Amino acid sequence: MLTSVDKNLLREIADIDTLPQGAYNIRKNGQGIERHVTENIDIVTKTDKPGIDIIIKPYTKNENVHVPVILSEGLEETVYNTFEIGEYADVEIVAGCGIHNESDHNAKHDGIHEFFVRKGARMKYVEKHYGEGSGKGKRIMNPKTVIEVEEDGVAELEMVQIKGVDRTVRDTEVKLHKNARLIVSERMLTYLDQVAESNITVELIGENSTAQVISRSVAQNNSKQLFHLNMRGHAECRGHIQCDSIIMHNAQVSSIPEITAFHGDAQLVHEAAIGKIASDQLIKLMSLGLTEKEAEDKILEGFLK
Amino acid sequence: MLELINVDVSLNGDHGKIDILKNINLKLDNKKIYVMTGPNGGGKSSIAKVIMGIFTPTNGKILLDGVDIAQKSITERAQMGVGYAFQQPPRFKGLKVHELLELSAGKTHTCNTCNLLYDVGLCAQDYMDREIDTTFSGGELKRVEIASILARDLKVALFDEPEAGIDLWSFQRLTETFENMNRNTDTTIVIISHQERILRLADEVIMIADGTVSEITSQEKVLSAIEQFDKNCRCSADCEREGYRNVNFG
Repeated sequence: MLTSVDKNLLREIADIDTLPQGAYNIRKNGQGIERHVTENIDIVTKTDKPGIDIIIKPYTKNENVHVPVILSEGLEETVYNTFEIGEYADVEIVAGCGIHNESDHNAKHDGIHEFFVRKGARMKYVEKHYGEGSGKGKRIMNPKTVIEVEEDGVAELEMVQIKGVDRTVRDTEVKLHKNARLIVSERMLTYLDQVAESNITVELIGENSTAQVISRSVAQNNSKQLFHLNMRGHAECRGHIQCDSIIMHNAQVSSIPEITAFHGDAQLVHEAAIGKIASDQLIKLMSLGLTEKEAEDKILEGFLK
Repeated sequence: MLELINVDVSLNGDHGKIDILKNINLKLDNKKIYVMTGPNGGGKSSIAKVIMGIFTPTNGKILLDGVDIAQKSITERAQMGVGYAFQQPPRFKGLKVHELLELSAGKTHTCNTCNLLYDVGLCAQDYMDREIDTTFSGGELKRVEIASILARDLKVALFDEPEAGIDLWSFQRLTETFENMNRNTDTTIVIISHQERILRLADEVIMIADGTVSEITSQEKVLSAIEQFDKNCRCSADCEREGYRNVNFG
């Protein structure tokens, strides 16, 4: 049964009010509570460790899978999920974790996700992290995402942490084969004394592989952020990292982009910037009739969109 | 009607107080076009900024339809109908052109973003969903900025060197846009410019130099002064007149 707290969490992380269309697996407080499979998408519980295998048949088109996780009590868990995206499939996977912690115990979800995007397949992966609740226990999420994109495959990742996650270490590792393409869009907001770390390593192994990583963050109050975005070109390839942060109050942001070329035809670019909201942006929006607060919200909303 | 009465502006610089504007007196009527011109650094933009509320006057009154707005905030003045197109508009990562224009138009005023963009010489289809980020050239940015002012229902519209970055082909469109605004609304239009073709739109020309109004005059006088200046030029080689090399001015 889904309570109103659960429904709210699901809305925040997966934009769903009721059970989603298509395949899904909903995990609550350490247990799978709802599951639906389709003709093309199978979901199987792992036997050796907690977690599930999601198997998408080759040539599956326009289908999606929701695999949200919700925690509504102080509980610590580590979950292993494996996604197999068959050749020439084109699917969207919506993951995400929502924690509602009213207790004084930490609530912690460590999700280890492994993806195989097979030849010519296309995957969009959306992951939202959200926390709420007034307990003293911390809300902690440490996702590890490992992706292998085979020849001509495309992986598009949207990774968002907007609210309420006290501690996070996100590790993302991607291997790209011939003609494979990766697009990563990371958004992060931290406030109070939250701490967030994101490590993304992309190995461009195959000829003509391309990768674009765009990370945008806002650090408020006393929060701390660390970004380590790393691209390694082993073949003729193109890679671009863009890491942008808005810093406010007494926050702290470190941005460490790293690029390494092991091949003469590797083209790699990194850009990183940290700064406060520009005063001319505020003045411009205020001169359209917005208050200073509204102008600030608008700028942050656009930046993190 | 907008009135500036004995307006002074001083700012604190590295070497103490600097007087930016000194005893500015201006009376600007509805449905008229005023062009402010004069040397760089003379105080033209500062006058626009003190009207918008970006600078607060040290002394003096600014009356908008009889209400003193001198101590009001930027937001309050904007809500009362003052608008300012920046000389160097900011870029916004993540904010799309249509979103900025809708913000400008406000909740009560419906805006036709396609027409607005057309008025500033941009193709709506290409620009509507573009983010106003670093991919925008200076000229594109200026046009969106002008459109953001056209989107509003204003009592006073201030344009700070609107022609900068606008190519010759779009220039005609820009002047027509000002003429249309003048014809269709009661807005007091103030344009800061050095351009002859903008000067030709003026009901009155306000000359600003050394932080004061040095002269309020007509476009005919200014234009004939420019012509005379050109005629008196004897260099015959190196200066340009209306885009042509000055080779034979007898």
